[in-house]
Amino acid sequence: MSGKAQHDYHLVEPSPWPFVGSMSALVMAIGAVFWMHGTAWGPFVFWAGLAGVLYTMYEWFGDVVRESRKGEHTPVVQIGLRYGMILFIASEVMFFVAWFWAYFNASLFPTEQMGAVWPPEGIETFDPWHIPFINTLILLLSGTTVTWAHHALIHGDRDGLKKGLAVTVGLGVIFTGFQAYEYAHAAFGMSSGIYGSTFFMATGFHGFHVIVGTIFLAVCLLRADRGHFSETKHFGFEAAAWYWHFVDVVWIFLFMSIYVWGAGAVAH
Amino acid sequence: MANASAADTAATAHDDHPRGLKRYLFSTNHKDIGVMYLWFAVIAGIIGFVMSLLMRIELAEPGVQFLTAFTSGNEDAAYHLYNVLVTGHGLVMIFFMVMPAMIGGFGNFFVPIMIGAPDMAFPRMNNISFWLLPPALILLVLSLFVEGGPGLNGFGGGWTIYPPLSTKLGHPGPSMDLAILALHIAGASSILGAINFITTILNMRAPGMTLHKMPLFAWSVLVTAFLLLLSLPVLAGAITMLLTDRNFGTAFFNPAEGGDPVLFQHLFWFFGHPEVYILILPGFGMISHIISTFARKPIFGYLGMAYAMVAIGFIGFIVWAHHMYTVGLDVDTKAYFLFATMVIAVPTGIKVFSWIATMWGGSIDFKTPMLFAVAFIALFTVGGVTGVVLANAGIDQAMHDTYYVVAHFHYVLSMGAVFAIFAGFYYWVGKMSGRQYPEWAGQVHFWITFVGVNIIFFPQHFLGAAGMPRRYVDYPDAYALWHQVSSWGTYITAIGLVWFLGVCVYTLTRGRRCGDNPWGQGATTLEWTLASPPPFHQFNQLPRIK
Repeated sequence: MSGKAQHDYHLVEPSPWPFVGSMSALVMAIGAVFWMHGTAWGPFVFWAGLAGVLYTMYEWFGDVVRESRKGEHTPVVQIGLRYGMILFIASEVMFFVAWFWAYFNASLFPTEQMGAVWPPEGIETFDPWHIPFINTLILLLSGTTVTWAHHALIHGDRDGLKKGLAVTVGLGVIFTGFQAYEYAHAAFGMSSGIYGSTFFMATGFHGFHVIVGTIFLAVCLLRADRGHFSETKHFGFEAAAWYWHFVDVVWIFLFMSIYVWGAGAVAH
Repeated sequence: MANASAADTAATAHDDHPRGLKRYLFSTNHKDIGVMYLWFAVIAGIIGFVMSLLMRIELAEPGVQFLTAFTSGNEDAAYHLYNVLVTGHGLVMIFFMVMPAMIGGFGNFFVPIMIGAPDMAFPRMNNISFWLLPPALILLVLSLFVEGGPGLNGFGGGWTIYPPLSTKLGHPGPSMDLAILALHIAGASSILGAINFITTILNMRAPGMTLHKMPLFAWSVLVTAFLLLLSLPVLAGAITMLLTDRNFGTAFFNPAEGGDPVLFQHLFWFFGHPEVYILILPGFGMISHIISTFARKPIFGYLGMAYAMVAIGFIGFIVWAHHMYTVGLDVDTKAYFLFATMVIAVPTGIKVFSWIATMWGGSIDFKTPMLFAVAFIALFTVGGVTGVVLANAGIDQAMHDTYYVVAHFHYVLSMGAVFAIFAGFYYWVGKMSGRQYPEWAGQVHFWITFVGVNIIFFPQHFLGAAGMPRRYVDYPDAYALWHQVSSWGTYITAIGLVWFLGVCVYTLTRGRRCGDNPWGQGATTLEWTLASPPPFHQFNQLPRIK
């Protein structure tokens, strides 16, 4: 049983990042709680913890890239990474299920307190066919540009890969910008009852995922520029693309259910 | 090996492993991580047990006389302390004892070995799954000592953290927020662990090991991991809503602004019901191995056993509202959840009868693991049967939140999950440590524990049927007898726990050396083909399964 490994699995070297990341999460959580309760040192502790978490991610994911470059990601390991990403996205889907559940719980069975109608009395919603529709088109278009990048990569067209990715990242940034503009002009706030709660938390978590996906794609763009990825081995790119499609699909459901189906009297 | 390099060779050489603290802090080894999980579960188990001991000392007699000692005589604070102990006991035992022991501990150590893999799919992620747990437990323990209820320390709203008790209305202090973030972090740990197990089992089985040849413990962990993956994010959403309701002005659970406290219960139990199967399914897997080993027969109805777990896992997602019969669900909804819940008895019955059929005509050897396993079958079935009683929406109107429910879920957990953990410990401790426990000492531990827990929980059926509500610090004199008996049971169990810790220390320091397979021909899974303890990296040459 001893001796050299005769298999293609990746036995990872010991790494400090899980431990460092976990302890940073502890610091961040303690800071967050005491910040929320108005303790003066809360925010400093929170930001210190967050910095630790972000630094951990930077080093950890950097290690994964370096290991990939070293050739540790054999075909069987790549299949494992695929499983991992699919399962991670599945868990993210279930996270959004909770927010949609809250939304439909309120909108399908509006209570007396909100006037027994949806949207609740006194809430002016956004015109779905204005910015939200533009954002829908932006995300759908970005789904095609990321596929353009993918096909370019498969056919060895590195220039096309970089262009496709750059356009996708740009569209992601524009989406986030529009979303921020819309938030700034909302006729309701997060504390305007159940409508504001479900609207801002559901679209807010989606927005956060768009930002994460944009960063993921931007990292891929950077890696493409450095000559990473080959025609046959480029799972980092594919994972980013899968994640982006997931974010896209969540938006379609948000758009259909919250913006279109849930529209009421429109502001201005 | 496609990518041999000097570093690879060094890392995979026999017994060449990192030394000192780094071996554990920076570990990427499934066996080291599994052992850390087990130690963590022991520590959390002691914390959780001491909480229950304090509760039972208080409940031994009517009136409030014991907990006031911790609150300088303040009775209101003592009442609150009782509720804090109830909450802490539940959360610690579920998230920091049973789950880390079964999935993190035994799952990590034995699933890769059983499927013939050299390690987990993501060894580094495996380590953050473990290392997120101590911070989560620290946050939860911290929550006991900061303000929760107005002017009172700790959160006392029960492990189900229902609003409005868990909103600012019930617990304005930071205690609840610490508990919420403890659950967030523990949940992240479990989701990452679930991804790791599913990937490992689907992608790293040895050549020839098809899913239909895979040992049942690996099957049980696979199903459990799917339940974790799909249910925990919903809890994460629910407790995030709680956090924003408390601190950022949202109104998810505030009826005055259109919110709905029952929404929380739906979200919580959509997670919570799969969670109770998460707690027991790995136990099912372990019990199958142990029954088969000590009856010296292959498990009866192997495929039925595997798919019964799949069925239990699936149905577990569509029965959640049977925890909510008294919140005002309409009668059709209750009828559906009643029916769906009863269906679970079918695959569960398949498992119980298959265990019995495995033993039937076997050459049974009543070693300690087998004693715990046989007791598991009997006592888990008691808890299962009272579960069928409680599944009836009509009966549950009367039984909801009584000691009958407490007795029910402790029969499936304290005598189901915990007996399975003890059975697994005695079954595998020789393999994991290289030293075998003294058989007589294990059997003494079994009998003390068996007698103790039954004396605790059997009388609680009577208390519940007579109307004693759960989560109360005091009670009318009419309940005094069975409460006192129940407390005696706890003292006996405490002796059992101390005995167990003694057995652990003795085994690890002076236990006799354990051979590759101490159990003989009944033990057929791959871990018994390795040395005890197994080499730092097993299966450098992958085994081939016929």
